[in-house]
Amino acid sequence: MFDQLFDAALFDSVVRAMIPILLAALGGMICERAGVFQIAMEGMMLSGAFAAVAGSYVAVYSGLGVVFAVGAGVLVSLMLAFGAVSRRGDPIVLGIALNLMAIGLTGFLLPQIFGVRGVFQHERIDGLDRLAIPVLSDIPWIGSVLFNQTILAYVAFLLVPILWLVLFRTPIGLRLRGVGERPLAAESLGVSPIAYKYGAVIASGVLSGLAGAQLALGNVVQFAENMSSGRGWVAVVAVMLGRAHPFAVFGASLLFAFAEGLGFRLQGNGLPVQITDALPFLVTLIALIAARKRFARLLDLTTGG
Amino acid sequence: MSLALEFRGITKRFPGVLANDAIDMKVEAGHIHAVVGENGAGKTTLMSILFGLYPADAGEILVSGERVRFTSALEAIRAGLGMVHQAFRLFPTLSVADNVVFRDEPTRRGMIDRAAGAEGVGALAERYGLAVDPRAVVETLPVGVLQRVEILKALYRDARILILDEPTAVLTPQERDKLFEVIRRLRDAGRTILFITHKLGEVMAVSDRVTVLRDGRSVADLVTAETNPTEIARYMTGRQVDLDRRAPAHEAGGAVLTVTDLTVTGQHGRAAVKNVSLEVRAGEIVGVAGIAGNGQSELIEAVTGLRDVPDGSIHLHGNDISTSEVLTRRLAGMAYIPEDRHGVGTSHLATVSNNLLLGHQRRDGFQSKGWFDRKAVRHHARRLIETYGIRSGPINSPVSTLSGGNLQKVVVAREMSHGAPLLIAEQPTRGVDIAAIEFIHDRLITFRDDGGAVLLVSAELSEIRALSTRILVMFDGRIVAELDPAEVDEAAIGYYMTGAHEEALSG
Repeated sequence: MFDQLFDAALFDSVVRAMIPILLAALGGMICERAGVFQIAMEGMMLSGAFAAVAGSYVAVYSGLGVVFAVGAGVLVSLMLAFGAVSRRGDPIVLGIALNLMAIGLTGFLLPQIFGVRGVFQHERIDGLDRLAIPVLSDIPWIGSVLFNQTILAYVAFLLVPILWLVLFRTPIGLRLRGVGERPLAAESLGVSPIAYKYGAVIASGVLSGLAGAQLALGNVVQFAENMSSGRGWVAVVAVMLGRAHPFAVFGASLLFAFAEGLGFRLQGNGLPVQITDALPFLVTLIALIAARKRFARLLDLTTGG
Repeated sequence: MSLALEFRGITKRFPGVLANDAIDMKVEAGHIHAVVGENGAGKTTLMSILFGLYPADAGEILVSGERVRFTSALEAIRAGLGMVHQAFRLFPTLSVADNVVFRDEPTRRGMIDRAAGAEGVGALAERYGLAVDPRAVVETLPVGVLQRVEILKALYRDARILILDEPTAVLTPQERDKLFEVIRRLRDAGRTILFITHKLGEVMAVSDRVTVLRDGRSVADLVTAETNPTEIARYMTGRQVDLDRRAPAHEAGGAVLTVTDLTVTGQHGRAAVKNVSLEVRAGEIVGVAGIAGNGQSELIEAVTGLRDVPDGSIHLHGNDISTSEVLTRRLAGMAYIPEDRHGVGTSHLATVSNNLLLGHQRRDGFQSKGWFDRKAVRHHARRLIETYGIRSGPINSPVSTLSGGNLQKVVVAREMSHGAPLLIAEQPTRGVDIAAIEFIHDRLITFRDDGGAVLLVSAELSEIRALSTRILVMFDGRIVAELDPAEVDEAAIGYYMTGAHEEALSG
């Protein structure tokens, strides 16, 4: 039974499930550090997925798809930044509104632009190639899984240590954390909380856009209505569970991706799809309850001060 | 004489208030200059104008003889000004060094050079006698040290003029004396200090000159050595003030509140109150002194029923109320003036009248058939407003429109009109002006003389000494001393507050 479950194919599907979650969660982490409670990753990711397919379709080139995806993510992030930072709106209400807007807007544009409903597949849509890294990809098991991924997957993995360095070792990271912790203190030393918060929200727009591109051009090559299907929300929980620390966020993303990959596999083994689909969220729920106190502290940090 | 700072005819008008009315003030370089005044005298407005938070309607400011008009805190810092705010502006999870170098970080190859930062901050701290470990995380440090970090922030940016806003409000007497030493050392090193306070003893102790503000005007500019506290107080209030009032001792009656072997768990599951026993009798005020965070809040929360009591007992008039609901305790005869008048003491969106009603609403006469008797409610509010001299607009305006002093009077009026034999008073006069302090103190003394029992918690040692029949000192969750206010001075109380007596014993 276990031999059938745990093989390289499972780990490949775990890594694929992980990339979008990790990209979005890293963006959410930056926002968390800047004191913006970011829950609009779901909408940014979905908009990014749609734009990625549109861009790739127009140019028959996945590169333009990625550019479009980033643009869409940034566009949504600007709405969030304007509402939550400039106008001091409630980021939770705004986030939910943006997430719902993304579902509605992509669902509306799909038939308007491409003349189909539900799922859009086309030979013009150029998917992201898998880039096998020479030598490393020949390592049995791990190599074929970790070193035979899309460019966005490598970006996601590299960002984990890079963001750690930026956050904890550079002036810009210190200021970002300062802004998130005590905006007034930062301002009194001449660091603009508004500028840093805008920067953080836009960065999360870029990363969630990339997450969408990976989803629609990497994991599959198509756009399906509501195809982000909760991954943005899982990323929100990954930020909390990882206490906005790059390596811990990576770990949390891996946990949720594992649940998703395992669910997918169990589905193949005959479990009802409704149950396997629920698995990632069941894990999320357990994680939420298990780490309740941590969330209390984090929420305290973001809403207070 | 050279001037470090000069204000010329600064005027600032807010809707309905003239906050600064042609204020003139000259601060000599290398001096410690005190600025005193009651709340609302215009001190805060004047400093906000200096730091560019908002522009003055008229007048000009000169720094070292040059006209300046800052539009941001950064410009003020660059011009050599440093401000230590009353509420510290520090990052709790960052180290001392990171807090100090923030935005002016030493770097090596794009990364923060933490070794250089810690070294620089350490050297600076040593030069001015500001004992602090640069690598310590700020949230683990006591307030006295946090203030040193704030001063270091200003010195790191080479502030020539250091402004301290009510710097002693959070300090023990020992910490205060250390701060004064630092201030003097800074002055001797040629820096200028602007010391904002309302405590006259400190003005006398540390300043070279003093400017008194009242109702937005500068009413006096005095050389400290040539004046005295009574004269300054007269300028501050515009009338004669009796500074050294002392409540005469009184014969206490039977026990009203008895706390026995109480242990309370605080945040993070640590014991915040450890094995505390105390008694408050009818006709006495028991004052609890201590540095904030030594279990006073948790003790009060346990007594009032806001926090569970895992161990020990609380009796009110002989009835065990250790596990009773808040309502049961109140009905048994407990009234409570909470420390946080905004968050706990009042409902800030509700009207003045409704806030005065809170807790009284169940009593007969306020309700009929499930509806409030609006006339009775109005009458109740008007009566309290008159008795307690609350300056408020229409009684149906939100309570948040009241000033701090009047808001506190709303809480005091409501709680003291319950006729409860036990009153818990937590920081009853924090942040209110002298007139309101006098009034609230008079009320507490009258309550005591009428046979009421008061458990008073205050960070203000002068208040503890002026009101208390007995003083209990809390340190590290325990009561470490019981003192007679007639026999001890503030330094002696402070000695116990810091736990110094235990070090003396064990060392």
